[in-house]
Amino acid sequence: MLRITGGTVYDPANGINGEVRDLYVEDGKFVSSVAGGRTIDATGLVIFPGGVDVHTHVAGGSINFARAMTPEDHRRTQAFIRSQTRRSGLGGMAPTTFATGYLYAGMGFTTVNEAAVPVLSARHTHEEMADIPIVDKSCLVLMANNEIMLDLLEAGEFERAKHIVAWHVWAAKAYGVKAVNPGGVAAWKWGKNASQMSEPVDGYKNTTPGSIVTSLAKIIDELGLPHPIHLHCNNLGAPGNISTTLETMKHLEGHRAHMAHLQYHAYGGDDWDTMRSEAAQLAEYFNAHPNMTTDAGAVLFGDTVTITADGPWQHLLYKLTGRKWGNLDVENETGCGIVPYSYRPSNLVNAVQWATGLELLLLIDDPWRVFLSTDHPNGACFWRYPEIIQLLMCADFRKDCMAGMPPEIMNRITLPEINREYTLYEIATIMSAGPARALGLGQKGNLGIGKDADMVIYHKDNDIARMFGHPRYVIKGGEVVIEEGDIRETPDGSEYLVKPSFDPGTDEFLRPLFEDRYCMSFENYPVEMERIERAEVLPCIATE
Amino acid sequence: MNKIKLTLKKAPVVVLEAEVITPDHFLDRSNEQIRASVVYHGKREKRLDDFFDVEGERSDCIEIHGDLNRVRHVGRAMTRGEVTIHGDVGMHLGALLNGGTIEVFGNAGDWVGGEMKKGKIHIHGDAGQQVGAAYRGSMMGMKGGTILVDGNAGIEVGMRMRRGMIVIGGTARDFAGLQMKGGTIILCGGAEIRTGAWMQRGTIISLKELALMPTFAESGAYNPTFLNVYSRHLDALGVKLPYAEADGRYRRYSGDRGVPGKGEILIWEPAL
Repeated sequence: MLRITGGTVYDPANGINGEVRDLYVEDGKFVSSVAGGRTIDATGLVIFPGGVDVHTHVAGGSINFARAMTPEDHRRTQAFIRSQTRRSGLGGMAPTTFATGYLYAGMGFTTVNEAAVPVLSARHTHEEMADIPIVDKSCLVLMANNEIMLDLLEAGEFERAKHIVAWHVWAAKAYGVKAVNPGGVAAWKWGKNASQMSEPVDGYKNTTPGSIVTSLAKIIDELGLPHPIHLHCNNLGAPGNISTTLETMKHLEGHRAHMAHLQYHAYGGDDWDTMRSEAAQLAEYFNAHPNMTTDAGAVLFGDTVTITADGPWQHLLYKLTGRKWGNLDVENETGCGIVPYSYRPSNLVNAVQWATGLELLLLIDDPWRVFLSTDHPNGACFWRYPEIIQLLMCADFRKDCMAGMPPEIMNRITLPEINREYTLYEIATIMSAGPARALGLGQKGNLGIGKDADMVIYHKDNDIARMFGHPRYVIKGGEVVIEEGDIRETPDGSEYLVKPSFDPGTDEFLRPLFEDRYCMSFENYPVEMERIERAEVLPCIATE
Repeated sequence: MNKIKLTLKKAPVVVLEAEVITPDHFLDRSNEQIRASVVYHGKREKRLDDFFDVEGERSDCIEIHGDLNRVRHVGRAMTRGEVTIHGDVGMHLGALLNGGTIEVFGNAGDWVGGEMKKGKIHIHGDAGQQVGAAYRGSMMGMKGGTILVDGNAGIEVGMRMRRGMIVIGGTARDFAGLQMKGGTIILCGGAEIRTGAWMQRGTIISLKELALMPTFAESGAYNPTFLNVYSRHLDALGVKLPYAEADGRYRRYSGDRGVPGKGEILIWEPAL
């Protein structure tokens, strides 16, 4: 039992904007009153619901390979020394599993969504997620380049494709579906890419990236998955990709969709020399279409390692930078590319990317539809979120940062003209209430009675980055996990799954395809329920 | 002058990670605080005074006595002051150094001045492998400063170094200047094989003949003007670098053409 008294509460899910309220916790949930127990005096402190990261890469084959590819980072980064309450680990660009939990909790995040899992490495992903302490977790299975599904769509067998998608979600023990460069990664296996939404994908006659996007969005809506299609569009990172992004959005009309890391899809220009931000144009379209949510995928300057299932893009990035190249074979399902990268303010392209991420966050009017993310570790590491919050809340600080950038960027971005400053209420929306709602996690990002008692308590501080980087308390499921910068308790979080219904004959349909084409036997492919620690199967949305 | 004197009283059984032994850490600490500094004996947390007698306090001048073969990371990332070691010292001496000077009257282990940025390290004995080199996976080795080794050095001297100077008084082993991106390596006693392999830029000067790789092309013999300046600078550090035409000339090789690189290797040819 726990009571938190006198704090200034920001709870956007219940419309509470900076009111002084007392909160009571019993058995991990908020209740209306408690008798006895510990009291935390939060007078003068700021209370937020625990942060929710809608799009991050923290567990599985690719992030683990990225850890191995960046040994140089291990020696310069923060080390967690084993103690009574915590295990050893390393922070840095690709933190180790235990450190990931400590770092997320350390800045007040209590739920994270691993955004890209091929079924072939799902077992590995769940093993790693079990080792990420404190936070609750979910993951999304990669489908848009699954060749079995593409073949069915090509043959016009939509219903069977739907069963296949549902089967894969349950086989991966996932929470939703991620689509990465639809058709492009399949084409990459023939050395190609798919950059036109309405041109057939290599190897197919009728199937286009556009038709894949529409079918998959429809499938996910009909299955009633709590989280809509989580889409990484075609042509990520390429100058002039705004046209592809807008066309993709048109293919999604009438469906729910979450557009991942939109910053990487909001560029104008014809090549690297003329690349400019088109965030204003994109935000205008986005503001008018309430069927979509997005996360910013903001960029911060510094060293990082880029990881994505978008193999063709990553291979191009490797050729551009001459840095290391990592690739994992995920057979018929998707692709993978890992390239270490440094964002520099003196680099025109990087400076435009930095501004584009912030512009999207500032130009999209509704904080319930745009969320705080860096597409960790692609744009920057998640533990740098407080720096983004500072940039959003202080227009003067943004101007100071821009003063150090090449003057040529000024006619390529609109950031200097934007004076909007986020309020604490809006920050609480983009880092917690909004992403929780987009993920369909009704228990999260909400300080209401009966909801999960995840919250973070900050000192008020004029240094915004310090305020959000060093919470006074972090409370997860009613337990005080962080107190004044120290890790006090390391409870294990839950893992959220969904089980969409599918035809029981799907196994027999898939078995021969597997025996022909896959490296592992069919029986070993789906992740067993016993493999998931502290699983919570959430219901799908009822559909007619 | 106020000085902090450390004397090893008990040789560590396994490696002692002692990155706290830096002027930056000791500067504002009392004798008791210095004694209580945390070192890692293998994986176990210990106090500095479990291994060292500590005399003095609040100083950026440190003198250490004893066989520190198993003591690692001395002077790591220090930015100021002096560290003098009478005896041998273990790996990662002055790694990530960012100012100040380190002097060792004895031998040093591997990774002396790894990825250092500024400052000076002088080893009067031999040094181990990877002097001034990049750590595994890292793009750049030392970015500035000076490392002087009076004795011999191990393999991969100045691997991926970007700027700065390394002088090896004796012989360097294989792969001196591996994948070098800039800076200068002076090999007073020559080197074993594969010198300058993969070098992209930078200068390697050898006062002894070298067995060069076939990917280095001979490109004349001359007395580069910049060596007058270098020689004068090195004179102050106690290193004699010949440059006068009367004494001889340098044969220049460019490479490594296999990369392809624009580095140069200068080999001293004394006048007959």
